[in-house]
Amino acid sequence: MSLTAKDKDTVRTFWAKVSANAEAVGADALSRMLVVYPQTKTYFAHWKDLSPGSAPVKKHGATVMGGVADAVANIDNLTAGLLDLSELHAFTLRVDPANFKILSHNILVVLALMFPSDFTPEVHVSMDKFLSAVALALSEKYR
Amino acid sequence: MVKWTDFERATIQDIFSKIDYGVVGPAALSRCLIVYPWTQRYFGGFGNLYNAAAITSNPKVAAHGKVVIEGLEKAVKNMDDIKSTYKDLSVLHSEKLQVDPDNFNLLADCLTIVVASQMGAAFTPQVHAAFQKFLAVVVASLRKQYY
Repeated sequence: MSLTAKDKDTVRTFWAKVSANAEAVGADALSRMLVVYPQTKTYFAHWKDLSPGSAPVKKHGATVMGGVADAVANIDNLTAGLLDLSELHAFTLRVDPANFKILSHNILVVLALMFPSDFTPEVHVSMDKFLSAVALALSEKYR
Repeated sequence: MVKWTDFERATIQDIFSKIDYGVVGPAALSRCLIVYPWTQRYFGGFGNLYNAAAITSNPKVAAHGKVVIEGLEKAVKNMDDIKSTYKDLSVLHSEKLQVDPDNFNLLADCLTIVVASQMGAAFTPQVHAAFQKFLAVVVASLRKQYY
């Protein structure tokens, strides 16, 4: 299920529309994930406030979307482009990779909510493939 | 026995009273067939599913999308015993249709995305959580009779 040239174009075009609001997307996706999939809160026990839209959630949502922006820029070689992030997640954060799927789903829900006319089925499939490819690149250094 | 809070109950009733079954059902099913093309394996008799445009305009897909969402309405009307309400549907999906139950989650995700795009900011994290819980119960009930 690798990214075709068409997928990459679709992702880049859609991302150009989204990127101005990337921080808001990240904050909403992360807020949502912590509420809808409460088991994910276990990774953020060190935050004072895990409620939707809180300061740490907003800050971290922006960080995550910065990573997604990097991934878009490195879409032709995600494994190489995300190597440092993969090492971070594998050795320091040790996030179970199953959670990448959960966050990806929440990002897609927020994109659908914020960009209903742009998030067509064709854009949806390319973005889903892209986020799966990002998750795979992030899992690279795990074992 | 699933315990629903007042908020969850009200939220599910509210969502299903507001959405247009004729729009959301077909949109969710066609999105599922487009985003997860292997799900097309269950719809061999539906004719042209060659590309997104064909799927979106396919009348059999639209009709079946409506059937699916009307099936969900049974759960909405019987939230306190979705398991028994869905016993026959579970047997149907397992014995006759022979659907891999992992596909239920794929359709559920597409339905969530369609409802989110319809509701916009009203689909808050709390509303989303209630909807997710409802779909999880529906999926578990549909899986129940598989052996």
